[in-house]
Amino acid sequence: MNGNQAAVIEAESLVRAFGDRRAVDGVSLRVHSGETLALFGPNGAGKTTLLRLLGGLLKPEGGSARVGGEKVPGGADVRRQVGLISHRTLLYDALTARENVEFFARLYRVASPREAAARALERMKIADRSETPVRALSRGMKQRVSVARATVHSPTVILADEPFTGLDASGARALSALLAELRESGSAVVLVTHNIEEGLSLATHAAIMHRGRLVRTDERKSFDAGDYASSYRELVTAGE
Amino acid sequence: MNNFLGDALLIARKDLAIEFRTRSAFLSVLVFALLGIVIFYFAWDSTAVSAADLAPGVLWVIFTFSGLLGLHRSFGVEQEEGAIDGLLASPVSREAIFLGKAGANLIFVLAVQAIAIPAVSLFYNLPLGGIALPLSAIAILAAIGLVAVGTLFSSMAANTRLSELLLPMLSLPFFVPIVIPAAQATAKLLSGRPVGEAMSWLRLLLAFDLVFVAACMLAYPFTLEE
Amino acid sequence: MKPTPLSIAAAAGVALTYVRAIYFTPTEAVQGPAQKIFYVHAPSAWVAFLAFFLVGLASALYLWLREERLDRIAEASAEVGLVFTTVVLITGPLWGKPIWGTYWTWDARLTLTLFLWFIYVAYMVLRGAIDDRDMRARFSAVLGILGALLIPFIHLSVYLFRTMHPRPILMKPSAPSLPGEMLTTILIAFAAFTLLYVALLRARYRYAVERDAARLSESRHA
Repeated sequence: MNGNQAAVIEAESLVRAFGDRRAVDGVSLRVHSGETLALFGPNGAGKTTLLRLLGGLLKPEGGSARVGGEKVPGGADVRRQVGLISHRTLLYDALTARENVEFFARLYRVASPREAAARALERMKIADRSETPVRALSRGMKQRVSVARATVHSPTVILADEPFTGLDASGARALSALLAELRESGSAVVLVTHNIEEGLSLATHAAIMHRGRLVRTDERKSFDAGDYASSYRELVTAGE
Repeated sequence: MNNFLGDALLIARKDLAIEFRTRSAFLSVLVFALLGIVIFYFAWDSTAVSAADLAPGVLWVIFTFSGLLGLHRSFGVEQEEGAIDGLLASPVSREAIFLGKAGANLIFVLAVQAIAIPAVSLFYNLPLGGIALPLSAIAILAAIGLVAVGTLFSSMAANTRLSELLLPMLSLPFFVPIVIPAAQATAKLLSGRPVGEAMSWLRLLLAFDLVFVAACMLAYPFTLEE
Repeated sequence: MKPTPLSIAAAAGVALTYVRAIYFTPTEAVQGPAQKIFYVHAPSAWVAFLAFFLVGLASALYLWLREERLDRIAEASAEVGLVFTTVVLITGPLWGKPIWGTYWTWDARLTLTLFLWFIYVAYMVLRGAIDDRDMRARFSAVLGILGALLIPFIHLSVYLFRTMHPRPILMKPSAPSLPGEMLTTILIAFAAFTLLYVALLRARYRYAVERDAARLSESRHA
């Protein structure tokens, strides 16, 4: 762990409530360049809220979050570094796959947006459907386009909320390859997933979130996947 | 500044591409407007009221209601797949999102007007050629005001229950200072009065536009953040 | 609702006004007893607009300071203001019929009040359509501010409309210069109604506080 390097993603005692329920209740974490943090937790644990806070879509009520050293929510420069993958596709149904990705490429001021969009679609193995309106694509194909959309601007930070939703085996392989590639090029990734096996296979670090708090954080190399799954179950049911 | 307008333009083009890709929304609103104009014709006693007296009212009331219809769907497109989050996470400023969406709505509304106004001329046997220029000015100013308020409120209404009912409830009081000047100025022009007499109405419309475009653009971010 | 000193004073003030208006103020020569509605109509109009001014102010301050109390003040003032606006719109025609022979004329001020009523209703409907407390407060605040901006434009539109469409000269129901006793009565009426507004506002505000506290404990135990 590059403990001495500045973290690309930083959260310090982050708090966010909805009404009177604290969805995120004092979360601190650090993700460095090249690291992938797999975030596990039951429904309602606050994982999506945490991701939205890190992505600048929500304002924290307490504590702070930083991306690339800058506070989030922040200005255009910070947002340019972040790629957000959600379990919703964030696409425009009436436009084609290419038009969707190109639109976001232009929004992020990517050089040669048309080529960048083509490359992004190619990486997710959906280039053959570039000219198909998104409405006509299956859920899995839409998700591939969505990943292309989120990564076309080569973000240094990827926030992925259940990105494997709807993907078939080949789509999942393409996404895993993409995440590995991004990790190699130095991006920091926070990956929320229900699938412990899948998440651990991609992660350099793992954390479990429950009732708005991080109850366990480890380096991936320090534990065995099988043991992790059972201790996860314990931790989660113990808190009930 | 450059980026701001560039972003707004990008978003406007995106919205218009979506709109005219399917064309069904445009056609629906257009048909609604034309039907309204035709129905008013049959509710009209031409011996009691002249076409020049009736037309301004018909024109601007239909403008308002067809405008509302068109505005309602402008935010639906962001909600289908949650695309608004994609926009919010991107470097584009919230004000630019507003301007882009309002701009697309403006083109939409003006496109409907470009057909509805000649339709009124046709169905009511009312030559409008002579006043085409001032009438176009009124139409543009009225559309700007309608779209500024309507874009903001349709964004708000999309987040609430009863959104189809809420949008007219919220917007119509704000459309009143648009419809009154537009209709009165049109009436003056149709009765052959010199353009100068319609000027005070046009000035009111312009003032409304300036105030509300600014106010709605500044208020818009408050309706987006969480 | 526990009677507070303020609400007792307000109630007394209103009662005093009416005793004075009915028994101790001379009847207007031309309009007869119907003119006495004026002592309800005009102060209600004053309160209706005062209440909306407060809604606008509280809304603007809320967006700046995000203080929940400001949202409750806006909510309370809107509901109370709606009631007074409705009173204006009812007493207007009641006064108009015996005086002008028709229930409704597009009198500039009454028309403005009609639109104020629509804005109030839109505000209340908007609040009712949003469950999330934070979103409700934000959205209402936006409407409150925009509504306040709208009022002058409606006034101008209606005023321009009236000057371009002059009506036959009617009796002016409220002469700008009232004889001494009538003036005193109306001033007392304005003061009493303002007091009543403040009392109702406070009561409604307190209700909002209690209701919110009840909701809070409900959701905690859920």
